[in-house]
Amino acid sequence: MANISIKRVRKSYAKTEVVHGVDLEIANGEFIVILGPSGCGKSTLLRMIAGLESVTSGEIAIAGRVVNDLEPHARGCAMVFQNYALYPHMTVAENIGYALKVAGMPKADRAAKVAAVAKSVGLSDYLDRRPGQLSGGQRQRVAMARAIVREPKVFLFDEPLSNLDAKLRVQMRHEIRRIHNQIKATSVFVTHDQQEGMTLADRLVVMNKGVIEQIGTPEQIYHAPASTYVGGFIGSPAMNFLTGQVAARQGAVFLGDGSRIALPADLATAHDAALVQIGLRPEALTLTDPGTGAFDAHFDFVEELGMARLYHFRFEDLTLAVMAADKVQLVPGQAMGVRIDPASVHLFAAATGQRLLPRPMVQTEFAMS
Amino acid sequence: MRRAYFKNNWVAGLMVAPQLIIIFIFFYFPASQALYWAFTLEQPWGGGNTWVGFDNFRAILTDDLYWSSIWVSIVYAVGATVLAVGMALVLALFVDRRLAGHAITKIGMIWPYAIAAPAVGLAFRFVFSPAAGIMMYVNHVAPGIWNPVQDGAQAMATVIIAGAWKQVAYNFIFFLAGLQSIPRSLIEAGAMDGARVLRRMRDIQLPLLAPTFFFVLVINITDSFTDSFGIVDTMTAGGPSRATNLMVFKIFNDGFQGLDYSGAAAQSIILMLLVVALTFFQFRYIERKVHYT
Amino acid sequence: MIERTPILNLVTHLILATGLILMLVPMYLVFVAASHTLNDVTSIPPKLLPGDQLWINLQAAWDKGHLGDRFANSFFVAIGVMLGKIVLACMTAFGLVFFDHRLKMPIFWAIFITLMLPLEVRIVPTYAVAANALLPFQTLLDVTGISWLVNAVSGVQISLEWNLLNTYGGLILPLVATATGTFLYRQFFLTIPEELVEAAKMDGAGPLRFLWDVLIPLSRTNIAALATIMFVYAWNQYLWPLLVITEPSMSMVAVELGRMVPKFTATGGEVAKWNIAMAGTLIVMLPPVVVVIVMQRWFVRGLINTDK
Repeated sequence: MANISIKRVRKSYAKTEVVHGVDLEIANGEFIVILGPSGCGKSTLLRMIAGLESVTSGEIAIAGRVVNDLEPHARGCAMVFQNYALYPHMTVAENIGYALKVAGMPKADRAAKVAAVAKSVGLSDYLDRRPGQLSGGQRQRVAMARAIVREPKVFLFDEPLSNLDAKLRVQMRHEIRRIHNQIKATSVFVTHDQQEGMTLADRLVVMNKGVIEQIGTPEQIYHAPASTYVGGFIGSPAMNFLTGQVAARQGAVFLGDGSRIALPADLATAHDAALVQIGLRPEALTLTDPGTGAFDAHFDFVEELGMARLYHFRFEDLTLAVMAADKVQLVPGQAMGVRIDPASVHLFAAATGQRLLPRPMVQTEFAMS
Repeated sequence: MRRAYFKNNWVAGLMVAPQLIIIFIFFYFPASQALYWAFTLEQPWGGGNTWVGFDNFRAILTDDLYWSSIWVSIVYAVGATVLAVGMALVLALFVDRRLAGHAITKIGMIWPYAIAAPAVGLAFRFVFSPAAGIMMYVNHVAPGIWNPVQDGAQAMATVIIAGAWKQVAYNFIFFLAGLQSIPRSLIEAGAMDGARVLRRMRDIQLPLLAPTFFFVLVINITDSFTDSFGIVDTMTAGGPSRATNLMVFKIFNDGFQGLDYSGAAAQSIILMLLVVALTFFQFRYIERKVHYT
Repeated sequence: MIERTPILNLVTHLILATGLILMLVPMYLVFVAASHTLNDVTSIPPKLLPGDQLWINLQAAWDKGHLGDRFANSFFVAIGVMLGKIVLACMTAFGLVFFDHRLKMPIFWAIFITLMLPLEVRIVPTYAVAANALLPFQTLLDVTGISWLVNAVSGVQISLEWNLLNTYGGLILPLVATATGTFLYRQFFLTIPEELVEAAKMDGAGPLRFLWDVLIPLSRTNIAALATIMFVYAWNQYLWPLLVITEPSMSMVAVELGRMVPKFTATGGEVAKWNIAMAGTLIVMLPPVVVVIVMQRWFVRGLINTDK
């Protein structure tokens, strides 16, 4: 049972705290993705699990055993580094087998294991090469093989795909997921690429500035973001944000210019008179004739996405994007109506950015900041 | 290597000319002069030199004193190099662990580089002097045991220690820089693979330090042939009984004290060839073998 | 990284402490000796703590070795070498990197070869040149028969002479004649992105403008590093000044140091005034050590880049 339990973990460097009390429970065999921008603390968290950084306060336990003071190799984790960290003076075979050599495994057994793992990642022909003679994708696979051969309880990935070109990245993503399904070890994957996170994760952990904003399945996070940060970070094209105030009696939220957006009744009554940020996903908006939608906006330019188009509008000094599959010819400055389905409206408290829920509460996972 | 160039080549000529002129006057010309003198003999009553072919070389190479000088130089080279490189390597490895106090140790290791060779020579001559300081006390306790003034081997030991002491700082700087250029993630990967400190030194740090190591090794050996003059001159002046008569010192002695220009020139040629051979060896053989990237 | 190695840490500290002691003890002993009277220095048991004679000894050393003059000389030469090297190496590297012509490689190798033979190995002939710096040109003229021709035609005997012995020029110029700084600059210039050169060209800047306005400001750290190394190198020169300077007033400090203690002879000879000599050592050591410690970062960087 290689579950990971992270309780109230904080990390400071000298006087600066970079991780502010994180709680996370990872079940055995789960594929967790920690997602966030640069500097949010996700790599630091991963390295604390690995034992490459010390824990300032709080507790990390792997398979029920507190590991705060354990050295990296004693924790049963294997790590794939961002720049692969392959030993340049050793061959691929020696790189993969190094951990086994340190553990004292006899040469013949080592060779057999290395060959088996190399085959599973498609490196059998490259065992005698040095890392300097390999392509980026091949090096990445050596890094993976090195981790796999140790049969660890936990796999740690520190942004391993960032250095690959777009196409290779997609390919390797599938490789990683396939290997995970085969080996079924607990995996913790760190990335800043939200699409990567969405496609790989069993559960997503969204981090920002040293705290966890939300934990949930990709579906939950996409459809019920816990804050404006999560809403704006997840999903491409990005969520639109408008400001307004709720009026329960009209069952709607009113924008600054008086435009009215209808809300589900229970959401409106739960937060009467609240100042809110309104989150609207581009794909949830539709274009209609001027005056027939919730409000009118003025066309700016269009972005061709291939399967659809993203129309950018100016409204209230903000830009608003509407995604539509059919082609509409518009002139810059032309007014169009924007229709909004009440069920697709996300409300967030204007002051805190936290999601506002209708009563009774729907069960979505939250993290305490 | 595609580069953007300026067109006016005459500017380039102007830029390069001063250095070329200087190295012509002070390097190539003297080098050719040395060749000239090595193959000729100055007339005793003036009037130019006569060509004597390899006679000068033959005279030197059959001179026992010259061979003993070569032997002495080799002993010094090996002794000083082993000490200086060994000590610097160990210190650099352990300073790189970055435990508390490593910054002070670092400065403490580097500053001796600034000390002139004669200063080092004088300092150690004092420290090892049988008539003053510590060694005097040792002689007092066990009379006559320490006397580099008379004992050639002991004199050589003092010269080697002084030379090594001076070189450690230089080697240390290079080794430390070499160690710090190894990406930290390699060390971490090693730790994750289960290798602890000493194992990582053996399997990861030392192999990746190999290019620097060989470079430093060759520099030490060549420097021990050429840089040793200041130390020998102030400590032992080549004695006692030529026990520390290093090649470079002998050249100085023969040429400027003994006024045997031809002999000194011939010796210079041989020393030059030796140094060139060593440097070539380092560049062609070592550089190629030991680079992994 | 979490690493529990208390024993190894202890060993590490011991090793580092030992190393530090080995490097510092000799100089400590020098310092102690410089602060005692001669009697105390040769007394038994040896005095291991500093005494109170330091200032007196320092003054004695200063006077005995006429260090005032020598300091000035050394400063002048060191700064001369430093400036000469910085300027010359910069110009040469510039000419080698930013232009393209057939002679580029041969010139590069010609300069590179000078690295292989430090001054000590060619002292005898270089001395002859210092005695007459125009000797190369004289020889050229003689060898090619031009001087004979001129003599035959006009009766004028060409005799070029320029004696550099006992001059600052003789001290400075041969020390500037090697490739060290040139390669430091060259390596650095090679890392300048070509786009910078192209942008300068588009802005209408010629090569000299580019050198002055762009390259030199960018090279500031390299210049500092090279300056430090050259200053220390020139200040510590021993063999060359020993040969070239016979006039005592032109001597350099390192040479004076060598004269403070009577030459080593097998019979022991004259008794050395160790306390004065050690005080002299301290004085001579001081400027380069201060320079190295203050400029430590540039100095280290320069060493690595020059020799690699």
